[in-house]
Amino acid sequence: MKRHENLPDSQSAYLKKLARRQLRIRILRILIFVLFLVLWETAARLGWIDDFIFSSPSRIAVTFLSMWEDRSILLHTGVTLLETLASFGIVVIAGTGLAVLLWYRKELSEILEPYLVVLNSLPKSALAPLLIVWLGANMKSIIVAGISVAIFGTILNLYTGFTETDPDQIKLIRTLQGTRRDALFKVVLPGTVPLLISIMKVNIGLCLVGVVIGEFIGARQGLGYLIIYGSQVFKLDWVLMSIVILCIMAMGLYALIGALERLYKKRFG
Amino acid sequence: MTPILELNYVTYAYHSKSGETYALSDISFQVQEGEFIAVIGPSGCGKSTLLSLIAGLLTPEKGSILLNGSSPQSQKGKIGYMLQKDLLFEWRTVYRNVILGLEIQHRLTKESRENIEKMMKDYGLWRFRNARPSELSGGMRQRAALIRTLALNPSLLLLDEPFSALDFQTRLSVCDDVTGILRARKKTAILVTHDLSEAVSVADRVIVLSKRPAKIRRILPLRFEQPELSPFERRSAPEFRDYFNLLWKELNDT
Repeated sequence: MKRHENLPDSQSAYLKKLARRQLRIRILRILIFVLFLVLWETAARLGWIDDFIFSSPSRIAVTFLSMWEDRSILLHTGVTLLETLASFGIVVIAGTGLAVLLWYRKELSEILEPYLVVLNSLPKSALAPLLIVWLGANMKSIIVAGISVAIFGTILNLYTGFTETDPDQIKLIRTLQGTRRDALFKVVLPGTVPLLISIMKVNIGLCLVGVVIGEFIGARQGLGYLIIYGSQVFKLDWVLMSIVILCIMAMGLYALIGALERLYKKRFG
Repeated sequence: MTPILELNYVTYAYHSKSGETYALSDISFQVQEGEFIAVIGPSGCGKSTLLSLIAGLLTPEKGSILLNGSSPQSQKGKIGYMLQKDLLFEWRTVYRNVILGLEIQHRLTKESRENIEKMMKDYGLWRFRNARPSELSGGMRQRAALIRTLALNPSLLLLDEPFSALDFQTRLSVCDDVTGILRARKKTAILVTHDLSEAVSVADRVIVLSKRPAKIRRILPLRFEQPELSPFERRSAPEFRDYFNLLWKELNDT
């Protein structure tokens, strides 16, 4: 605040207004959340809704604590997180690798384009039952389900980003006697890092979706399994608690990529 | 004296589905060591194609290009090319941008690094070596691009409208700056421009191209009574107007 003292009145008034606005937004955000919880809890307690079906914040908390004690919730959450991170890592590495290959061999990209477009727009949940049959009801097929949701979009978007590199930048590399490999490593890849980060932001969520779909169909562990199992045995506390954990996980993973982005921006402008 | 560059009846056409477009036809001229040549012509007449051919990025359909007596492809590294945009990469520091060419050609030695350091110090860029290109002014950016080109110690420099992206005021001073540096280093250079006054202010000879397919309309040697004028000083020299009018007529006579 010290700096503001030297500013003209109009400027400090403007800054104050801006800060008040930020504060208001933050308070209202939290307020909505708290109100939602209170309303839910009250509705359940007063019998407006059936808490056997709709559960309630307190029931979710109790369920969580009891599953925390026998460590089973750690296992389910850990399995889902691990599968998501594994499929995400493979999507980023394999997707980048394949996009590079398509950029290197332009003819290959022309040949494969219709296949990639079809595979990208295909609803991947349709593939999940097949994967379970082919690869078995294990972690492998669930990771593959996670990959299948995100990989084709990654390849297409990254490849498009590669081809949109300023042709003059590539010409510069050529005038410096560089090869196509130099163009790739000195221009195309470093120039698409911001795009890669924004693709990663989308992918981390997509991988989570794919993993949960996979767990619905063929798993004995994981939050997706807990949701399906809970709904079958009418333990809807489990279902809703798992959804809450998935929300938190999605937020956390997104924040992780956001931190990566800030790190990159801090270093490279 | 053998010319450093010799073009004999160079013809080039672009091919596309709808047919071929002749960009250049029967271009012949020679460039002597240390000369500063300006090439002017109507926009889209194939001036940039000419530079790409000389640089060996394209191969002529007919005719020959000889650089130091052999083909440009065999003389890689002898040619420095400056493009319209400075094309400094934002993900590299100024220093790492400047060494890009040396890095690509695996010529980063203690000696070449010292050479870079000296040039950057001479041209006031050393204190910005760890800065990002976006922190530099337009003029400083062009200097960095020039050092990147000069770092490879080319015997012929090709300048493809290197000042046209700058605003008029910066353009005049950067033009003075860059040509001053090139003249001081006795570099041979070919500048492509559509700006007549720029051509008259920097060149020893001006080559006028016609509309596409470009032919040479005229090669005009420039003689100023006072030698060693900077481009900016030339603009107020008495001969400037005459040359300008002559070239103007040459370009607009169709």
